Amino acid sequence: MSKTESGELLVASSPHLWAGVSTGRIMRDVLIALAPAALGAVCFFGWRAAAVIALSMGTAALTEWGCARLMGKPSTLADGSALVTGLLLALTLPPASPFWLPVLGAAFAIAVVKVAFGGLGHNFVNPALAARAFLLAAFPAAMTTWTSPFDAVTTATPLAVLPNPFAREVLAGDLPSYTDLLLGTVGGSLGETSAVLLLLGAAYLLVKQIIDWRIPAGFLATLALFAWVFGGTGGLFTGDPLYHLLAGGAILGAFFMATDYVTAPITARGRWIFAVGCGLITALIRLYGGYPEGVLFAILLMNVVSPLIDRFLVPAPFGGVKGRA
Amino acid sequence: MSLWARFRGGVHPDAHKTTAQCATKPLPRPERVVLPLRQHVGAPCQPLVKKGDEVALGQPVGDTDAPVAAPVHASVSGKVAAVEPRLSPSGRMEQAVVIEAAPEDTPWVGLPAGLGWDLDPELLDPAFIRDRVRQAGLVGMGGAGFPAAVKLSPKPGSEPDVVILNGAECEPSITSDHRLMLEQPERVVLGLRLFMRATGARRGIIGIEANKPDAAARLSQLVAGDPSIAVEVLPVRYPQGAEKMLVWALLRRAVPVGAIPLDMGVVVQNVATAAAAATALAEGRPLTDRIVTVSGRVQSPGNWRVPLGTSFVDLVRSAGGLTGSLARVIAGGPMMGMAQADLDVPVTKTTGSVILLGPEDLDETPAGPCIRCGRCVSACPMGLLPAQLCAAALNSDWAAAERFHVRACMECGSCSYVCPARRPIVQSIRLAKFELGRRARQGRG
Repeated sequence: MSKTESGELLVASSPHLWAGVSTGRIMRDVLIALAPAALGAVCFFGWRAAAVIALSMGTAALTEWGCARLMGKPSTLADGSALVTGLLLALTLPPASPFWLPVLGAAFAIAVVKVAFGGLGHNFVNPALAARAFLLAAFPAAMTTWTSPFDAVTTATPLAVLPNPFAREVLAGDLPSYTDLLLGTVGGSLGETSAVLLLLGAAYLLVKQIIDWRIPAGFLATLALFAWVFGGTGGLFTGDPLYHLLAGGAILGAFFMATDYVTAPITARGRWIFAVGCGLITALIRLYGGYPEGVLFAILLMNVVSPLIDRFLVPAPFGGVKGRA
Repeated sequence: MSLWARFRGGVHPDAHKTTAQCATKPLPRPERVVLPLRQHVGAPCQPLVKKGDEVALGQPVGDTDAPVAAPVHASVSGKVAAVEPRLSPSGRMEQAVVIEAAPEDTPWVGLPAGLGWDLDPELLDPAFIRDRVRQAGLVGMGGAGFPAAVKLSPKPGSEPDVVILNGAECEPSITSDHRLMLEQPERVVLGLRLFMRATGARRGIIGIEANKPDAAARLSQLVAGDPSIAVEVLPVRYPQGAEKMLVWALLRRAVPVGAIPLDMGVVVQNVATAAAAATALAEGRPLTDRIVTVSGRVQSPGNWRVPLGTSFVDLVRSAGGLTGSLARVIAGGPMMGMAQADLDVPVTKTTGSVILLGPEDLDETPAGPCIRCGRCVSACPMGLLPAQLCAAALNSDWAAAERFHVRACMECGSCSYVCPARRPIVQSIRLAKFELGRRARQGRG
């Protein structure tokens, strides 16, 4: 009964057990969590939305596969991360997007932002967000043509009409109600309109402990606080924090973009700093900036900072180190 | 109940304690035993016998003057067939004494006679207890193998006030300590009293995970009249049985990296070590056998009292043989145990279990890139950054590994257990520790 009789014994490092939650399973959970918002988008904006989503996800997957082929490496499609990127990008696009927009964006996200930096785990900014930034810079008109749900009337996005004492026009009486914002019956990007559907998915991710609650909590709390203190037209503490939370991409960004593992810090303390930074920059851009892209740039900027946060925040081991304070 | 007594991090693998109800059975006497001369942390023993010598059960066959070591005794009577390097479950070739068993064990009277089971620890001299513990070859039987007598000899100025017996048995699949606590609780308690007497500690605590309520009840019953001894039930959470976690959970004393529980006034010993100490003093018997859980792909998994040096092959045979093909053999628990290259290795003082896994038990999902999900960071009971340590080690960035406190890692495996990308985290940390150790030695030499 030595090894010759029993076949080769596998010698491997401990532990010999595995929890079984794989990268692929995590990505699948993220897709599940985004499904309500994606289906909502199709309901609100019709078949065009479905096409935008399909094109974005399809192109992302194809680009991931193609890049691996070109480099002669095994395909990494199975980990599901390309599909997540594709879906996330689609959800940030306007419903009236021309079809080349998601295709170009998804290809850019995967090929330039992800694969060129070494693939999954090595990109330093969120691929979906970077692609959106790219599209916004290159094709501002296509990226800001908004339509109302259920009809194809061109409309303004709520954030562009938010009361703003500094930089933005005040269009009183034109604001969607909280109910509209919650349900998603307002203009905006495909997936950022319905707070309820996004929060449903977010709850799923929180319950399954896929995302760290600290990031959305810190992000949204900072944004709300800043908006309340400085965001009002009647002086300090007259702002409308709820509006800032529900409008625009705050919920999508805080729960699904900022929580991206690869581009957020790895420690609990680091994640608090990252989250507060995201909230603060979002508020600054929304209140004092030139255009309503607070969430996008806040997360991208904090993505760049997060390696630094990780570098300088090395927690002390349990019990501290002997001979040191 | 101190179920609140949680430590940070840790994981919760399925317990798989399928052999918990299997009463300990004696293993048939083996025809041959292989006794590695290093079955402990520290210096290996020198052989005291040579080929052709007749040895009696319990006779010392190896010892050394090195301060951190424990002698090795013959676990059967018979003739020394060889003194040569043999593969040990540690994965190393160790000098070993091979004994061909005689048809029957002959009684041997070389060790001082036992004091009887009614001995009163309070009447014994602490140094006498320490001597007997050393002579009996006792080491930490939970798996670490630290010589027990060394732990009982505190440096002047660090007088311990508490002795903790580790009955947590947090590793999945192992039930040998569980059965011991159920079947020989008197020995466990006597051992604790002996350890308290040897160290001068006024308090004794037996820590047991909540999934062994029967053992906790038995021991509580035994110490009911003694206010100095408490049985504490601990949350079921791996690695609750790690020394530092145990000291934190029971006493809220944090042992710093580079320090040992003794620095915090605590002596931690395994329950099996305590029972063996009681046996050594009461019966005059050195450590020649231990309870081993055999589980996995065998006909009848269970717990056996096994003479040290018995081949895993004999264990598997006693457990009814293998069912199906064998892919991995683990000496110890599935979280920290050593995978074996060969089934013909001996049971040592630290072998609490032998787990036999088939190909169907192994998940071969290949390693992928780290997605920095931080699961390893949350799981690390030592508060380290396993992902960063892994990356540093794989980049041969030893300075970074040090900056991330690589030495604080106890290799419990919680990080690798939860890693969705199946990164070789523990493996790379071992590599970094090895490399840093090598460099330190070179620097000195």
